[in-house]
Amino acid sequence: MSETGPFRLPRGGRLIDRAYQLPFRFDGRQLRGLQGDTIASALLASGQLMMGRSFKYHRPRGPIASGAEEPNAILGLGQSGRFEPNQRATTTPLVGGMVTNSQNCWPSLNVDVGAVNNLLYRFLPAGFYYKTFIHPRPAWKHLFEPIIRRSAGLGKAPTEADPDTYEQAYDHADLVVVGGGVAGLSAALEAGREGKSVIVLEQTPVFGGRAAVDHADGQARIDALLADLRALPNVTMRRSTMATGLYDHGYLLAREAIADHDPNAGLPRQRLWRIRAGHVVVATGALERPLSFAGNDVPGVMLASAVRDFIVDYGVAPGRSILVVTNNDDAYRTALAALDAGLTVPAVIDARPSATGALPEAVRARGVRVLTGSAIAGVRGGHAVEDVKICSHAGSGDVQEIIPADCVAMSGGWSPVVHLWSHCGGKLNWHDDRAMFAPDLARPPTGHDGRAMATPVGAAAGDLLVGAADEQPLLPVWVMPVNATRKMKFKMWLDFQNDVKVSDVELAAQEGYHSVEHTKRYTTLGMATDQGKVSNINGLAILSKALNQPIPQTGTTTFRPPYTPLTLGTIAAEARGELFQPLRKTPMHNWAEARGAHWEPVGHWRRAYCYLQGAETPHDAVAREIRAVRASVGTLDASTLGKIIVKGPDAGKFLDMMYTGMMSTLPVGKCRYGLICNENGFLNDDGVAARLSEDTWLVHTTTGGADRMHAHMEDWLQCEWWDWKVYTANVTEQWAQVAVVGPKARVLLERLGGMDLSAEALPFMQWAEGEIAGIPARVFRISFSGELSFEVAVPANRGLELWEKLHEAGKDLNVTPYGTEAMHVMRAEKGFIMIGDETDGTVIPQDLGMSWAISKKKTDYIGKRAQERSFMASPDRWKLVGLESVDGRMLPDGVYAVAEGTNANGQRNVQGRVTSTYVSPTLNKPIAMGLVKHGPDRMGEVLEFPVAGAETYKARIVDPVFYDKEGSRANG
Amino acid sequence: MAEALARITQLQDLGMIQIRADLAALGDVIAKAVGVAIPAQTSVSTNGNRSLCWMSHDELLLVLPKPEAVAATAALTDAFGSSHSLALDVSDMRAAFSIDGAKALHVLQKLCPADLASMPQDGMRRTRAAQVACGIWRREGGYVLIGFRSVGDYLRGLLQGAARPGTQLDPR
Amino acid sequence: MLTLTCPCCGISAEETELAPGGEAHLKRFGPGSSDDEFESYLFARKNPKGVHFERWRHAYGCGKWFLAARDTVTLEVFGTYKAQTPYPTPEIVAAIQAKRPDWKPDWHQPSVNTTTTPAESLTE
Repeated sequence: MSETGPFRLPRGGRLIDRAYQLPFRFDGRQLRGLQGDTIASALLASGQLMMGRSFKYHRPRGPIASGAEEPNAILGLGQSGRFEPNQRATTTPLVGGMVTNSQNCWPSLNVDVGAVNNLLYRFLPAGFYYKTFIHPRPAWKHLFEPIIRRSAGLGKAPTEADPDTYEQAYDHADLVVVGGGVAGLSAALEAGREGKSVIVLEQTPVFGGRAAVDHADGQARIDALLADLRALPNVTMRRSTMATGLYDHGYLLAREAIADHDPNAGLPRQRLWRIRAGHVVVATGALERPLSFAGNDVPGVMLASAVRDFIVDYGVAPGRSILVVTNNDDAYRTALAALDAGLTVPAVIDARPSATGALPEAVRARGVRVLTGSAIAGVRGGHAVEDVKICSHAGSGDVQEIIPADCVAMSGGWSPVVHLWSHCGGKLNWHDDRAMFAPDLARPPTGHDGRAMATPVGAAAGDLLVGAADEQPLLPVWVMPVNATRKMKFKMWLDFQNDVKVSDVELAAQEGYHSVEHTKRYTTLGMATDQGKVSNINGLAILSKALNQPIPQTGTTTFRPPYTPLTLGTIAAEARGELFQPLRKTPMHNWAEARGAHWEPVGHWRRAYCYLQGAETPHDAVAREIRAVRASVGTLDASTLGKIIVKGPDAGKFLDMMYTGMMSTLPVGKCRYGLICNENGFLNDDGVAARLSEDTWLVHTTTGGADRMHAHMEDWLQCEWWDWKVYTANVTEQWAQVAVVGPKARVLLERLGGMDLSAEALPFMQWAEGEIAGIPARVFRISFSGELSFEVAVPANRGLELWEKLHEAGKDLNVTPYGTEAMHVMRAEKGFIMIGDETDGTVIPQDLGMSWAISKKKTDYIGKRAQERSFMASPDRWKLVGLESVDGRMLPDGVYAVAEGTNANGQRNVQGRVTSTYVSPTLNKPIAMGLVKHGPDRMGEVLEFPVAGAETYKARIVDPVFYDKEGSRANG
Repeated sequence: MAEALARITQLQDLGMIQIRADLAALGDVIAKAVGVAIPAQTSVSTNGNRSLCWMSHDELLLVLPKPEAVAATAALTDAFGSSHSLALDVSDMRAAFSIDGAKALHVLQKLCPADLASMPQDGMRRTRAAQVACGIWRREGGYVLIGFRSVGDYLRGLLQGAARPGTQLDPR
Repeated sequence: MLTLTCPCCGISAEETELAPGGEAHLKRFGPGSSDDEFESYLFARKNPKGVHFERWRHAYGCGKWFLAARDTVTLEVFGTYKAQTPYPTPEIVAAIQAKRPDWKPDWHQPSVNTTTTPAESLTE
């Protein structure tokens, strides 16, 4: 026997290269496979039939399939950061040095404590979670749930970050063919010859589908098709690329395995293709169904197609003595393949009364017994098949004969793979004669033009006999034998991974679960990681029978993408680490980074919350910055402020509609603070507008509001007042803006020179254009701190230069960079509102005592009609006040002031809440603002703010302006 | 190690002027003022070192050597006279990259949902690169991609990541 | 994920390049309107199963708003058209009726002076 294991056949194996051996480990054991093996074929060759345990009963399990539908051979691959649970052994190519582990077993695959569940199967029926663990309540929380959590869930989540990289790519094609078998390649060739752009996606590393295994001339046909296709430059052929889902308007996702489990290649492990297809050809073939007989889950019972795949593709014997059990002709190919490989076929058990087609006759001619009208009554064996009990299919399981075998090749017929067809709405028809759901061409998934966006071909279309027209019809077999006893049904598996049996589905039907969707969730049929690829049709046939209704009346569950699971890394692709989200940086970002900036995210921007010096805490840094500003001068990076140019003959009229106040009357050279509401009347943004020229305004928005406000303006201009002559331009990023703030602000700027910034030349709320330190600049005399303040805007590329010159020139003035938190505290000391603190999308300007910012003269502005609604005009609305702590403790943010009585839910009534709260370093005491019912009329009243786990806070209602009430400091 | 799919270079010397106007009425005025023909819808027209990019039916972006931006803005403003229009020097507002090399398209295909393979030779496509807005047109040997300056580091990271050696999109 | 062709620039954009804007052809009611009129403008939406008119912005593109007529069930797109129209255009109505013969417009378009926009009437 071969060096790669006792079950490697001496000859054959069209996909393996016997010259290249690959060492790998399974559960710590050193094994060898061959180049071209899957993990499953390498393990089988090594004699490792058992590859895992089932989810509920921890039954020993070997593979039943050879491809993507495999429910049992699910392994953990790799180590540490590269560990990935629940990988299909049947589809994962073997790579040298691979480390693989079985799952769902403890302490080991062979001796598993959880297998005790297997002895308790009568007590773990369908819906056992719901039935057993409801009462008593504490038992669920403390007893059942911890145990179930530990034993449930397949595999383990990795604990370290994934070191591999992933990427995505977009593509577009007239036609995407999913499936690289004969049907798919033929469709691709036809479209390619018509000149269409075509992409062919094949989930395995090899084109050809089943043809080479199932048909004598298969390989030759594939080779001819591939040769023709490769000559067409408009056809792109992608192997190892699995189409995972088809979505609206021909949007197709596909996962390409590039360096799966070959991290040393330095390549992305996988690539997610996002393809926009003009049309999709579904050439996804068909999957074989198991037969439901007692003991059909014993390791060694496999799908007949898988048995011949392992023999023909990998030169592996799934057993030495292979008993075939079938309801159709196709499975006889397995008998022939086994015989050709020198293996024994003790018999073919055929449920049909007779089998006289060419394939059965060929098998008989090789001297194999064909037992028609027969069935399997039971399979004996624990970790592997030992022998098989044979009975009449028409009976109830009386054993007629016992046949020794170490492998059972079963075939219950084939189901077209209709997932892609169904993902986006394609409908199916049941075909009684062939016992299958196949696409209904009259009800396809439709695209943007209302026409079919997919076409099924070949086996996926239900054309199962392609290339083999002389096969005789199958006999639908849902339970074997027909009158199997209840005891036998306890051993007939439908869903192998989730341990759902014929008895469970029958019980669910008996208990009133008549909808297939309900039965699925109640029994967990088809809910495992294989999503029921081999179990669903059998399950709903059983359900239909139990409900005594035809199968189409029961219908199928919903087919949802992905076809097989996608790893999260592929979905995230480049969006991780530094590129997780775009970080917006101002021109002064790196300067701040180098000087201790403690960053705060504001939208996608990073703004310095404060600048940490030495071992300072943020709290201390903020206090230091505020004192420095109020005592001398500080600088704030205000580059993130939104800046929108509004220009045109109708710009004034337009801005009067945007703002609650009047902007059209603003004289050129002056600035005005304004509020912008939405059509609901709620405050949306605020800022200072400056009139640049007769027909041009510069609108400042909040940092987070720039894009939103620009979009808001464009919406009204394009969709409502499209005849108004107004152009807008969002120039936020063209300018760096520095707020130079404090009593020494003018002194500092004058040192840089270039402009007359005297109180006479540039009064408060005016702006001027010129040069500062040789840099073209606009200077705005506006203040958000109550101090003398100049906001200097310069072209962004020169922002850092200005900033550094300010800091160079102001050393002796202790010029201090300050961050957003100092800005927040200083504005709160002045009682200025902050969008997002004092507003939350339900606050109108009138609530904030800002009626002065609302024009009484205007007949209309966005939000005016809404503010006239009775609820908005109610005197009972909560209104802005200052809150002064009575005991020197800072009020917690967002806490509610309680009122007398309780509401309908038995909760305390409330009468206000805190919107901003800080400790003021200027006043050396806590200050707060809040919205309080009738607040401005209740000055001096004390409110109570109960907080869980602390003494109730108390605060007195005061004027919100805590500092410099007369506003003299802004004049320097 | 194999070569990167494309050379990613940040272009530092581009001036840009945002132009908004009724292109049907003022197209000739603009073309004369800047010395470049008005581009067709979703395309770029070029004359020497100046390009006019079609941004929307009432917006163009003039890309030119940075030192010429101030004068060109003034020239446009003069040419417009009292016509309703807007010309702004926005040379500092964006980050621009060249993506040069035989596989430059592959780099963009990993980031942009647009069908750039079928973009005409003189095409201008505004789309997104991963999570941010961008504009793309061809240059000799590759592409130019522009985005906002605040996300310049993000764009550079995206482009360099997408250009990693060995990651070409050719079938394997 | 939808694709819509922006009528302003001709680009076929996918949903991630677009920003949705809700129901199209709302008539703005401002100061002076009744509570019922204002309520219907601000809150009442048709939310139909079938033919629907929507606002979309080519946000990652030319930046223009446009309108789309589509079927909310099948996602079939009957057409896209400029935002600057108070009612679906005759071409769009014809395109819908070619596919949905039973569908009828539910608005009463003024027979004369259909170019008068809600905006103009508001700002007089």
